[in-house]
Amino acid sequence: MTQDLVRRAKRVAAVAAQHADTVDREGRFPAEAVAALKAERLLGLQVPTQYGGEGAGLALIAEVCCTLGQACSASAMVFAMHHIKLASLVTHGLTSDWHCGLMAKVANEQLLIASSTTEAGIGGDLRNSLCAVEADGDLFNLGKDASVISYGAEADVILVTARRNPEAPTSDQVLVALMRDQMSLNRTSTWDTLGMRGTCSEGFRLEARGVPTVQILPKPFAEIAAQSMLASSHLLWSSVWFGIATYAVDRARSYVQGEARRRPGTVPPSALRLAEAANALQAMKATVLSGLRKFEGAQHEPDELSSIGFAVSLNNVKTTSSTMAVDIVQRALGIVGISGYRNDTPFSLGRPLRDVMSAPLMIANDRILSNTANLLLVQKGGGQLLSA
Amino acid sequence: MVSDEVVRDILRQNEAMSNLVDTLGEDDDLFEKGLDSFGSVQLMLALEERFNVEFPDSLLNRRSFSTIRIIRETVTSLTLGEAA
Repeated sequence: MTQDLVRRAKRVAAVAAQHADTVDREGRFPAEAVAALKAERLLGLQVPTQYGGEGAGLALIAEVCCTLGQACSASAMVFAMHHIKLASLVTHGLTSDWHCGLMAKVANEQLLIASSTTEAGIGGDLRNSLCAVEADGDLFNLGKDASVISYGAEADVILVTARRNPEAPTSDQVLVALMRDQMSLNRTSTWDTLGMRGTCSEGFRLEARGVPTVQILPKPFAEIAAQSMLASSHLLWSSVWFGIATYAVDRARSYVQGEARRRPGTVPPSALRLAEAANALQAMKATVLSGLRKFEGAQHEPDELSSIGFAVSLNNVKTTSSTMAVDIVQRALGIVGISGYRNDTPFSLGRPLRDVMSAPLMIANDRILSNTANLLLVQKGGGQLLSA
Repeated sequence: MVSDEVVRDILRQNEAMSNLVDTLGEDDDLFEKGLDSFGSVQLMLALEERFNVEFPDSLLNRRSFSTIRIIRETVTSLTLGEAA
């Protein structure tokens, strides 16, 4: 399956690469790449086989994220965010007939899923909501000032966090699946950014009325966040950033090799810098891979997934890989020099550099480090090299 | 000994829990009632201090602190382990 998947991902990456510059310049949705993802049926990869998907685990999704990240960061991030939401459905929706039906639709019709957690007045703290599900019998209404919904205008399904009911505390949340034709979205802000311009992470006023309550995921969002979102977000984002860093180092390598061919018998001075960048890239890869392995080991152990040790190590994957990715792309730019700074050479690195600078900011590293700092107050440590 | 009341006293120090403590059943899920990651760590620290125990990493998960009953049982088993 892996080889076939790599070929499919590379075909999508070729399409994404072709349009990456216009997507970036115009700040528009990477429609061609997403159409290619659907044509290669990559949006249903994670859906269990009995519902028409391929039952792929997170590591395979991560591989696709990395391949796409080398071509177009925005396309890769859209793919990653879709699969982070799908991971929540697959992990927590199997006991609900309605959500099983949704998974089948995602696989069969290649539906694109977006996420609405961020809310005006709450900001990026995904474990709190102001808006609430207002149930009346078997139906409910929900209105949310969603200050960010990445590619919200293009999504077929949006998974929305909200308080369980209007009396519930802000942290007592549920996750609701809303189909495009069940809600109205009125744009309240635009997305004109330094990089990652194609994710179109605009703000919306979301209104849904008369939605069947069966569309509320049966598990509390607290559990969904702890058991599937934390790991899948950090690991898939990191895989996208690894793809971006890999692309940059490949450009630098190609540049240094060109220099070497022009001056036979000498090692270009930039080769030393390339050695350092390759070194950093390998360390970053090890960080992401160890996180993926840790997740695979813990995947079916709810106690392990919700443990402090697991949260600390996944937090560390995010902060380490996001910081390293920026550093690596900057190193690559230093190697290719002005050819990388220009936007019109085969070595241009402006777009990947601007894109990757989002990495330490999307869930700010300081927020994650503060969370880790709190967890370290009780973690005992004493880990071994080959485990924990 | 570890009584229900002592666990409730400690929970009362938690901002999200303080007003709810008296209404909580033994088996109510504290995380569903609003206990967050910061609050659960503060709860663990308070229990460690009060009962002079240390929770091993294997117990530092959501389940071990999810209800008053489980907290009481977990702390009891640790205090007994230390006495043995």
